Amino acid sequence: MKKIIKKCKKYQFLFEELVKRDFKQKYKRSILGMGWSILSPLFTLLVMYVIFSNLFGHKMEHYVTYLFSGQLVLSYYKESTKNGMTSLVNNSKIFTKINVPKYMFLLSKNVSALVNFGLTLVVYFIFCAFDGITFHPRQFLLIFPILCILGLNIGVGLILSAMFVFFRDIRYLYDIVLTLLTYVSAVFYSVDKFSAFGQRLFLLNPVYVYIKYFRVIMIDGLVPSLEYHLLCLFYAGISLLIGGLIYKKNNHAFLYYL
Amino acid sequence: MSVIECNNVSIRYMTGDFKAIGLKEYVIRHLKGNYHVKEFWADKDVTFKLEKGDMLGIIGSNGAGKSTLLKAVTGIMIPTYGELHTKGNIAALLELASGFDGDMTVKENTYLRGALLGYTRQFLDEKYDEIIKFAELEEFQDYEFKQLSSGMKSRLAFSIACLVNPDIIILDEVLSVGDGAFRKKSGDKMKEILDSGVTGLLVSHSISQVRELCNKILWLDHGKQVAFTDDVDHYCDAYEEFLMTKKLPKKKEDIDKLAADYKIRLQKEEEEKDRKAAERAAKAQAKAAAAK
Repeated sequence: MKKIIKKCKKYQFLFEELVKRDFKQKYKRSILGMGWSILSPLFTLLVMYVIFSNLFGHKMEHYVTYLFSGQLVLSYYKESTKNGMTSLVNNSKIFTKINVPKYMFLLSKNVSALVNFGLTLVVYFIFCAFDGITFHPRQFLLIFPILCILGLNIGVGLILSAMFVFFRDIRYLYDIVLTLLTYVSAVFYSVDKFSAFGQRLFLLNPVYVYIKYFRVIMIDGLVPSLEYHLLCLFYAGISLLIGGLIYKKNNHAFLYYL
Repeated sequence: MSVIECNNVSIRYMTGDFKAIGLKEYVIRHLKGNYHVKEFWADKDVTFKLEKGDMLGIIGSNGAGKSTLLKAVTGIMIPTYGELHTKGNIAALLELASGFDGDMTVKENTYLRGALLGYTRQFLDEKYDEIIKFAELEEFQDYEFKQLSSGMKSRLAFSIACLVNPDIIILDEVLSVGDGAFRKKSGDKMKEILDSGVTGLLVSHSISQVRELCNKILWLDHGKQVAFTDDVDHYCDAYEEFLMTKKLPKKKEDIDKLAADYKIRLQKEEEEKDRKAAERAAKAQAKAAAAK
């Protein structure tokens, strides 16, 4: 335990500097930069709302919150994993010359997506208030799915960034995966129309699982079951485990591919 | 215990089809059975041992496995077989100027590089002025890094990397950074570090530099170890002759012969030089006489 704390302390400075660099690279010191990254999901939300509320909205209460919950989680997942994918390759010049822990590049990349998510989350709560959602203390439990999504994003980021070193066309394949993911995550429609079995199948999609957590606690005002919490934890844990193992195994092999 | 102990280290490098082919291509080639990976040994059975204060010169022609060996010592690569132990913190100066971020300022890059090298913020806060002063970049601190000339970039990189007092220093063709004045300064700084009892590894194509700085040499050829010795001058003689004849020595006698040949050649060259100089002097004299 002491060893881990010592290690964290040692790399804290590096982590901070990498985060600073990523922010500067991303926003190029422009003021609009950060505002834009919140505005763009809001625009998407607006378009979706205009179109889909006419299609499904009149049958559903709190459709704005329903839609925004999906959009919030999904766009965070997309941004984080897409940014994370290139984190190894973009820094290859550094880690082929200097011996640094390679996952640091991914972790720092995840920070900017997390900050964006945090800002969007504030907007989300404002929308919820306008949508007539009643607030109560148990909504603080949202911290649990948020931590799980963070874990999932880091895990998937680890897997993707490693694969991107090996196969450069992953970028295009992953775009297809993300498009498909948008459709199976029930962002703008309800899963009620599906059979009970069909609804269970949706739970195979971790992003949907987290979206549903948001909806249950915000719209229905209920706390999901213990099993549901375990499922959330399972997805985060398994992706982190796989990603970590890939990194550990290939730590020195990445070099051959760059 | 020795500062660096390298026992029968072999490092395998992989090359071949897998580089830059996509997943789709990878699957197709596997299905067709057309997927080939070549491996070669960048280093084979390399053994050496360095004590505190030793300076090892690694010599060998291109592709001898010198840089790979250095990467293994820094921990960027690991030996496929064999054991490699190092003691203390390592400062590695490998291809200095790469890995900076062009859009960030000089100051930001200095902090980032320092962090990558494992310095603490406190340490950098203390040493920052010294680094900039040594790199002679006081007026450029807020410039974007891409605006610097390549000489300035190398100077900054050298200054950051040299500031610590490492236990082990690794130099890969870096003693020739910047213009004349800075080269002298960096050379002095290097000597100061070396005199402080650091253990060093130096890769250089300048044999005179190796003779001057090193007390041990490791001679590699195509990954194989030709010699590890503290008889620097003798083996440098042999190596210089080898560069001319391309005959790889197999036994101790071959080395002796190469070294002897080198001495003879050197002497001949000296004589030749003297003769030419004498000729030139005679000609000049004749000219002067004719002019009179």
